Amino acid sequence: MNYRMIASIVGRILCVEALFLVPAVLVSIYYGENSAMRALLLSALFTFAAGLGCMAIPPKTRGYYAREGFVIVALGWIIISFFGALPFYLSGEIPSFVDCLFETVSGFTTTGASILSDPQDLSRGLLYWRSFTHWLGGMGVLVFLLAVDTLGARRGQRGSGQSMHLLRAESPGPDVGKLVPKMHRTAKILYGIYIGMTLLQMLLLRAGGMAVFDTVTTAFGTAGTGGFGLYADSFAGYSPYLQWVVTIFMALFGVNFGIYYLLLTRDMRSVLHNEELRLYLGIMLLSTFAIAWNVRPMYASLGETLRHCAFQVSSVMTTTGFSTVDFALWPEFSRTVLLVLMVLGACAGSTGGGIKMIRLLLLGKGLRSELGRIISPRLVRTTHLGGKPVGEDTMRGVYAFMSTYVAITVASLLLVSLSGYDTETTLSAVFACLNNIGPGLGQVGPASSYALFSAPIKLLLCLDMLFGRLEIFPLLMIFLPSTWRRNS
Amino acid sequence: MKIVIVGDGKVGVTLTAQLSREGHDVVIIDNNPQVLRESVDQYDVLGILGNGASLQAQKEAGVESADLLIAATSADEVNLLCCILARKLGTPHTIARVRSPEYTEQLRLLRSELGLSMTINPERTAAMEILSLLRFPAALRRDTFAKGRVEIIVLKILPGSILEGMLLNEMVHVTKVRVLVCAVERGSEVIIPTGDFRLNTGDKIYVTAATSSLVELVRRLGIIEHKIRMVALIGGSRISQHLARELLADGVTVKIVEIDSARCKMLADMLPRAQIIHADGTQPEVFASENLARADALVTLTNIDEENMVLSMYGSHLGIPKVITKINRVEYDEVFRAMGIDSIVSPKNLVCSDIVRYVRAMQNTSENAVVTLHRIVNDKVEALEFLAGEDTRHLGVPLRDIRLFPGILIACINRGGQVIIPGGNDTINAGDTVIVVTTADRMYHNLNAIFA
Repeated sequence: MNYRMIASIVGRILCVEALFLVPAVLVSIYYGENSAMRALLLSALFTFAAGLGCMAIPPKTRGYYAREGFVIVALGWIIISFFGALPFYLSGEIPSFVDCLFETVSGFTTTGASILSDPQDLSRGLLYWRSFTHWLGGMGVLVFLLAVDTLGARRGQRGSGQSMHLLRAESPGPDVGKLVPKMHRTAKILYGIYIGMTLLQMLLLRAGGMAVFDTVTTAFGTAGTGGFGLYADSFAGYSPYLQWVVTIFMALFGVNFGIYYLLLTRDMRSVLHNEELRLYLGIMLLSTFAIAWNVRPMYASLGETLRHCAFQVSSVMTTTGFSTVDFALWPEFSRTVLLVLMVLGACAGSTGGGIKMIRLLLLGKGLRSELGRIISPRLVRTTHLGGKPVGEDTMRGVYAFMSTYVAITVASLLLVSLSGYDTETTLSAVFACLNNIGPGLGQVGPASSYALFSAPIKLLLCLDMLFGRLEIFPLLMIFLPSTWRRNS
Repeated sequence: MKIVIVGDGKVGVTLTAQLSREGHDVVIIDNNPQVLRESVDQYDVLGILGNGASLQAQKEAGVESADLLIAATSADEVNLLCCILARKLGTPHTIARVRSPEYTEQLRLLRSELGLSMTINPERTAAMEILSLLRFPAALRRDTFAKGRVEIIVLKILPGSILEGMLLNEMVHVTKVRVLVCAVERGSEVIIPTGDFRLNTGDKIYVTAATSSLVELVRRLGIIEHKIRMVALIGGSRISQHLARELLADGVTVKIVEIDSARCKMLADMLPRAQIIHADGTQPEVFASENLARADALVTLTNIDEENMVLSMYGSHLGIPKVITKINRVEYDEVFRAMGIDSIVSPKNLVCSDIVRYVRAMQNTSENAVVTLHRIVNDKVEALEFLAGEDTRHLGVPLRDIRLFPGILIACINRGGQVIIPGGNDTINAGDTVIVVTTADRMYHNLNAIFA
C-alpha cells in the first residue's frame, strides 16, 4: 500500500475543501455574522494547514492501484466530514460535536437528514456552508480534483490511467466509465454540466421571485440531491411555480450525467433508447399517479394534488429529501410507495443515492435468466442492456452489492431498534440514511428531526450515510484487515 | 489529437502507452474485455469492446471525428477493412499493420488505392534493423538520419580500448574524423556529455558520424571488424524470412534452424538458397552438430523472449563475434544489459517509434516538423531529426551563442548532402536538417521548442 501517495491525495482534498470554505466566510462577512465568520475562517485555515501538512510528505513512488483508490476515497470522505464539521462546532451554534459531524456527513453524502428542529437558528454563513456540502458531495470532491489536478501523473504528462480507480470508487453505479478518453476532460465535462444546470436552476428560481440566499442554497441542495432546507417546513412556504421548478430539477439531477453528454453531442437515438432512463421516468410517473389517487381526498384541487405528489415522489426517488407537505401524515399505501422509492433511488452516474435504477434493471434481467435456467437447465442466455451483453463480472458486482446492502440494512435496523422507537421510525431512519434521502417517516418525518437519537446511533447513521454515498465497497474495504496488511 | 487504435495486442499496448503519455485522446477498440480493462486501468484512455472493423464499434469510438486510426490487430485483412471503413467515415489519416510477406509487393498499390497513410510491418522493420547491424557489426545499434547520410551508432568501450579514460575533447586526435559523442550510457544512467567528460571501460557511447566515415572511425579506434560471411538464425519466423532474403541477396550464407517441419518446408520453398535445418535450436547438440559456433553472427528469433536470451548468452559464450537478440518485453531492458545482451531488436518498439514520429509530424504542419525519431536507450533518450525552415529561430547564429534547454544537444547538421558535425562556430540555416539528441522527459514537436 502506497501510504505516502494516499496522504498526498488526501492532502489535496483538504486543500480543495479549505478553498471552498472561503465563499462561506464571505457570506458571513456580508451578513455581518462575526462569530460564524471567525469559525469559518479558522476552519478554513486549519483545514488548509492540515492539507498542506499531508501534501508535505513526498511520495516515494507515484503509483496507486485499486486498493489505494478505495482507501483514498473512503478516508477522504471521512476526513472532509471531520473538517467540514469544524465551523459548526467552533461557532458553538451546534454544541455537540457528534451533532456537527452528523450534520456534515449528512451534507456531504447529500442525505439531508438534520438534527436541527429549525434551521433558521443557524447563522447565514453556516447555512450556506451546510447547503454547499451537498453540492460538493453530489458530484464528488475527487471528481473535482481529477478535473483540476493530474493526481500522481508526472508533470506535463497525463498518461496514467490510475485515476480511473478513484473515479470508480467515488462515482455511483455498477460500471463506471469515462465519457471521453482523458480523465481530466471527463471530470471537466461532468462538472461543466453540473455547474451549468445549477446556474440554470438558480436563474429560474430567481425569476420566480425567490430571495438570492434561498436561491443559492436551494440550488445547491437540489443539484446534489441533498435536501437541507432553510426552514423547518422545508419547501411548503414557497410558491407553486418554485415548487414545480424544484420538482423538475430534482428529477433532472437524478438522471445519469452521461445522458446529458449524449444530448450535448446530439446523440438523440441513444438517449431515447436508454433503458435506465425509461425505467426511471416510468417508475417516477407511475408512483406519482398512484399516490395522487391515494391522497386525492386530502387536497382541494387536482393541480395541488399532482404538485405535492410529483414533488414528494421526485424528492424521495432522487433521494433529495425536500418536502412541501408532511408526507408522514399520508395514508399507509402512499407511505409504503415512498419507502420503496427510497430504496430504489435514482440513476447511476447521477448525484442521487439508493440502489440505482440500473442495478434494479440488471437484477431483474439476471433473475429472469436464472429462472430460465431453472426451467430448462441447458439454456444458455446472457443478460443484455441496451442491446449489449453485460459482462459476468458486472453481474457479480450487482449481486455482491445487493447482498451486502441487505446485510448492512439488517445490521443497522437491529442496532437502531435498540433506541426503542416504533418500527416505522426505525425502518425509515435506516432507509433514509443508507439511501441518502434525509427525512423518513414517523418520528423522523419531514416535520421532525434526527435529534431524538443518542450519540452512538447518530454515529451509526453517519456510517450508513457514507455507505450509501460511496456504494458500500470503498468504505467496507477500510474495515477489512487484509486491506492494511503489508504483504497481502 | 484524437487517435483510435484497433487491436490491443503488443503493438497496440505500446502505442497506447506512448500516445496517451504524449497527451493524445486515445480510444482503443478490442474484442477482449480483459485486455481492454487492463489498458483502461493503466492508461488514461477509453476502451470500446467490439470488432474494430464493424461500423457500430467504429461509430461508438467516434471514428468520424478522429484524426488518425491505427489498425494493429493480428489479421492483415481486418486491419485493411478497419482503415477502409474509417476513411469512408471521414478519418483523414489511417495506418494499417500489414505484415504478411505475400502482401509486401502490393503495398504501394494498397496504400494509394485504399488511401492509407502508412503501412507498418513490425517483422520487416525488425529484419531491416538486424540487417543494418549485420552490415556494420561493430555497432550495438545503428540509427540512421538524413536519408542514410548520418548515423548514430552505439559502441561499447572494451577493456584495452584506446578510448579508456579519454576526455571527449581529445577524441578527435585519435579518430581524425569529425565525430560527436551525443550520449553515454554508464550502468543504468544515461548522460548527455560535455567536452570534459571522461570515458570509462564498459561505457556505451552514442557516436554521431557521417555514414561515409564510419569505417574510418572504427579502424582508427582499433576495433577489429569481422566480415559477416555466415549467419545463423534460430527460429524460422517472419523476421527470419525477411532477413534471410536480404542476407542472401548480399551473398551471405544463411542457416535457419526451425523446429516445425511444415514451416521448414515452407521456408525451403521460399528461400531455396538458404540452409534450412529442421531441429530444436535450443539444444546445445544442434549448435555442435550444425557447426553454428563457427558462424560470424547469431540472431535469435524464436517466439519466446527467454529462449532468445539464453541462446544469445550461449552464443556469446561460444565466442560468436556478433549476437543479436529479438526481445519483445523490453521493459526488462536493464536486466538484459546487465547480462551482457547488448544488441536487442524489438519489433513492436521499432514500429511504435515510426508511428509516434508520424503522429508528431501530423501535429506540426509547419516546415520544421520532425522528420525522423529514434528512441535510443529505451525511452530515456530520443534522437530527433528536424527540418529547419524560414520560421526557425536563430538562423545564421553561431551555436555557441544559442541557448538550449538543458539535456539537449545538437548532434549534427546536414546541409545539402554535406554532413556537419557541429562546433561552436557552426550555424543553422534554412533548409538544413538538424539532428537533436534529448533526454526524453519532454516532447519536442518542432525545432523552435528546443531553444531556451
